[in-house]
Amino acid sequence: MEKDQDKILSDVTSGEYKYGFYSDIEMDRIPKGLSEDVVRIISGKKNEPEWLLDFRLKAYRHWLIMKMPTWPNLKIPPINYQEIIFYAAPKLRKNLNSIDDIDPELKKTFDKLGIPLDEQKHLAGVAVDAVIDSVSVKTTFKETLAEMGIIFCSFSDAVKEYPDLVKRYMGSVVPYTDNFFATLNSAVFSDGSFCYIPKGVRCPMELSTYFRINSANTGQFERTLLIADEESYVSYLEGCTAPSRDENQLHAAIVEIVAEKNAEVKYSTVQNWYPGNKEGKGGVFNFVTKRGICKGENSKISWTQIETGSAITWKYPSCILRGDNSTGEFYSVAVTNNYQQADTGTKMIHIGKNTKSTIVSKGISAGKGQNSYRGLVKVLKNATNARNFSQCDSLLLGDKCGAHTFPYIEVDNQTAIVEHEATTSKIGEDQIFYCNQRGISTDDAIGLIVNGYAREVINKLPMEFAVEAQKLLQISLEGSVG
Amino acid sequence: MNGKSEVTERYIELYKENIDKISGVSSHYINSFREAAFEKFRELGIPTKKNEAYKYTNLNIFFDHDYKSYFMPVTSDFVKAEEFRCDVADLDTHGIVLLNGFYPTINEKLRQLPSGVWIGSLNEAAVRFADKIEKHYGKYAKTETDGLIHLNTAMASDGVFIYVPEGVTLTKPVQIVNLVQSDEDMFNQHRNLIIVEKNAEFSLIICDHTLSPKKFLTNAVTEVFVGENAHFDIIRVQNEHNNACKITHTFIHQEKNSVASSNNMTLHGGLIRNSTYHYLGGEGAESYSYGLFLADKWQHIDNFVNVDHASPHCTSNQLFKGVLDDMSTGAFNGRILVRPDAQGTLAYQKNNNILLTDDAKMDTKPQLEIYADDVKCSHGATVGQLDDDALFYLQSRGINKREARLMLMFGFAHEVIQNIKIEALRERMDNLVMQRLKGELSRCASCMVKCG
Repeated sequence: MEKDQDKILSDVTSGEYKYGFYSDIEMDRIPKGLSEDVVRIISGKKNEPEWLLDFRLKAYRHWLIMKMPTWPNLKIPPINYQEIIFYAAPKLRKNLNSIDDIDPELKKTFDKLGIPLDEQKHLAGVAVDAVIDSVSVKTTFKETLAEMGIIFCSFSDAVKEYPDLVKRYMGSVVPYTDNFFATLNSAVFSDGSFCYIPKGVRCPMELSTYFRINSANTGQFERTLLIADEESYVSYLEGCTAPSRDENQLHAAIVEIVAEKNAEVKYSTVQNWYPGNKEGKGGVFNFVTKRGICKGENSKISWTQIETGSAITWKYPSCILRGDNSTGEFYSVAVTNNYQQADTGTKMIHIGKNTKSTIVSKGISAGKGQNSYRGLVKVLKNATNARNFSQCDSLLLGDKCGAHTFPYIEVDNQTAIVEHEATTSKIGEDQIFYCNQRGISTDDAIGLIVNGYAREVINKLPMEFAVEAQKLLQISLEGSVG
Repeated sequence: MNGKSEVTERYIELYKENIDKISGVSSHYINSFREAAFEKFRELGIPTKKNEAYKYTNLNIFFDHDYKSYFMPVTSDFVKAEEFRCDVADLDTHGIVLLNGFYPTINEKLRQLPSGVWIGSLNEAAVRFADKIEKHYGKYAKTETDGLIHLNTAMASDGVFIYVPEGVTLTKPVQIVNLVQSDEDMFNQHRNLIIVEKNAEFSLIICDHTLSPKKFLTNAVTEVFVGENAHFDIIRVQNEHNNACKITHTFIHQEKNSVASSNNMTLHGGLIRNSTYHYLGGEGAESYSYGLFLADKWQHIDNFVNVDHASPHCTSNQLFKGVLDDMSTGAFNGRILVRPDAQGTLAYQKNNNILLTDDAKMDTKPQLEIYADDVKCSHGATVGQLDDDALFYLQSRGINKREARLMLMFGFAHEVIQNIKIEALRERMDNLVMQRLKGELSRCASCMVKCG
């Protein structure tokens, strides 16, 4: 029985990464390394206005005096910033009017990933902004959305077409001085998605950005800015993959969300960067700063993330609950297998009155994976009747992995009710036995239990992605249970 | 973490000026630790808020001050010690009094209790029981980040030594009364070593009191060795005035199948920081860590617990509760570490806090670090207020609001108190807590220092 389980466990954990292919696309790359000149080159390549270049340079100069923090529960090999290519873009033909103008190789890549750049195909309910390495190559359904006043385009286009909006909101949630990687991103960010939902509009389809790292030695630094004006609603998805390579690639992104009065934003991530091979070689460093601000009354921001990829994941999607009665939510499933490491969680900063936040974090560790939850719930002095509930569970599959919980709770108001609970355990032999008894094989039983465990979070995802996430979970854990 | 701050400099100077005096009265073996510890302290310094373990506690307000420290006991001390009457009147114990960190000359410095148990001054024991000291002293108080422990090792000159031989059950607990009395502001450090051998059973009560209205700073380290199958309980009752800062570090090292519990009852104090380190070093060991604090005015109470599951099949349980009134602040930092291969671990942790006013503040940081898979670990933390429904329930049954609140708070606190095994003490604690909750200053009731 035990041997059987071990075998199944090793089968499950040895699942292959299926997005590890590399596409041979004609690329425009700049030389590797980082300097003030590189920042200027990136800005120049994108024909950016003066104010944006100033922003980048300010960030770059600030970055030079910063040091990489050492507090996370992660073992990060030193990163040589002079060995990274900070800008790589597929060579584009001019005037992209129809789908036929896209490099066929590019289109093939996204087809292979299951992301339709073609508006007629399945997943028709999802508008996609496809980003490859440093630039956005195609945004679908742009026109349909524009009819409703929704702006959904690449960040570079937004800088050109809606400079006022960008100027007003960029850096308002994550200032360029925020943290080491956010500052780096502010200096060298290349592209990303920009989205603005006007007053009173309920976005009729899922908006989505698909990130793909393709070139070798490049880092990906994109920036997403999402603004939901009063009384609006949007559901936003983010997916990502990268080729399998022996070197580590850096991905340091920023996501900023602004929710005005009565607005609701749902932000879901299915993160599936290349996790490295079974010996822990290669893989993406996913160091991302994600933060949303509930600016107006009754606004709501909800983060959902399924983290299965990346060699190292280090991110804390957070909510600043400034408006009265605003709500913040965080649902997360983080899987670490083989030598993967994750230090992830959230921050809920209660500033307004009657603010509510919910945190549900499910960690799954297998192989030699190390999985940490780190979170902060802070109730400020004037946040009367603040309410928080946090639940952080960890599931251990295998005796070489680790699960850690570091919650911080800071309460400065007597009317606040803050609860935190966490459990850590492995799949019980009695649970597996129960399933076996009913004719379910050990392998299926483990899949069943893991899926049930993660269900609470997966249920928060939009339908198509929930199915995808479930499959992903199974692949990530293939052969890992015992 | 550059320790070269002005505050640290102050203690470096203090060391340099007095090290000869300190070494003069201590045994060679204890002195042999001092220099290395001092170097470590120099490197780490007085912990600041940048130190993760002291994130919520600002020590500078107490450390950045001119204190008198003295390194030799004064002969008149024992008179003062004699004057003191203990809070727990009907408690039958073997008493030891420490005055300003020294073992006063009131009795012989080291005495033997009927069952072969030795209690007395650490300095004295270092001479008489050199073998035991060498086996245990400095072996359990280990830290890579906390400069205060090194400061203690470098400079502490006396403290309590207790030796419970194999198989001995001491029916009466030993009570250490830590008194601080001085006409000047004073900094003192002491160091305790408690050895409970195989199959022995032993309870220790430590009471902390201040006897004069001056500013006091105490930095104490206690090392405990609990042998195979041994039982050990330590209960701290802290009742000091608002201008006193008490920092305790307790290291409990447990062997196979031993059971140890620690209970920190903090009734009063200006700034209190209790660090309790449980090390489960043998299979089947059990450890329990409890704490209760009631804070008001400007008090700050910080409990830090570290449970290290280094062996398989061990059990640990933590329960810490706090009631915060006025402008008081509290912090809790509990960590459970399950090392690789510590399979079969059961570890629980609970921290509940009640804020009574808008100005009170509570920071809590429960942590789990788990490197083994066959474990059951959980932790829960809450910060809130009294349950409105419960209040309503009681009121609807004719109990007035004030009474109902008291009952609920008392019930909240009693959950910790009920774990005290010594009945007389448990009842006395219930009493003190009740008085304290009613707002009668229990601390002053039995105190002969009329500080007004």
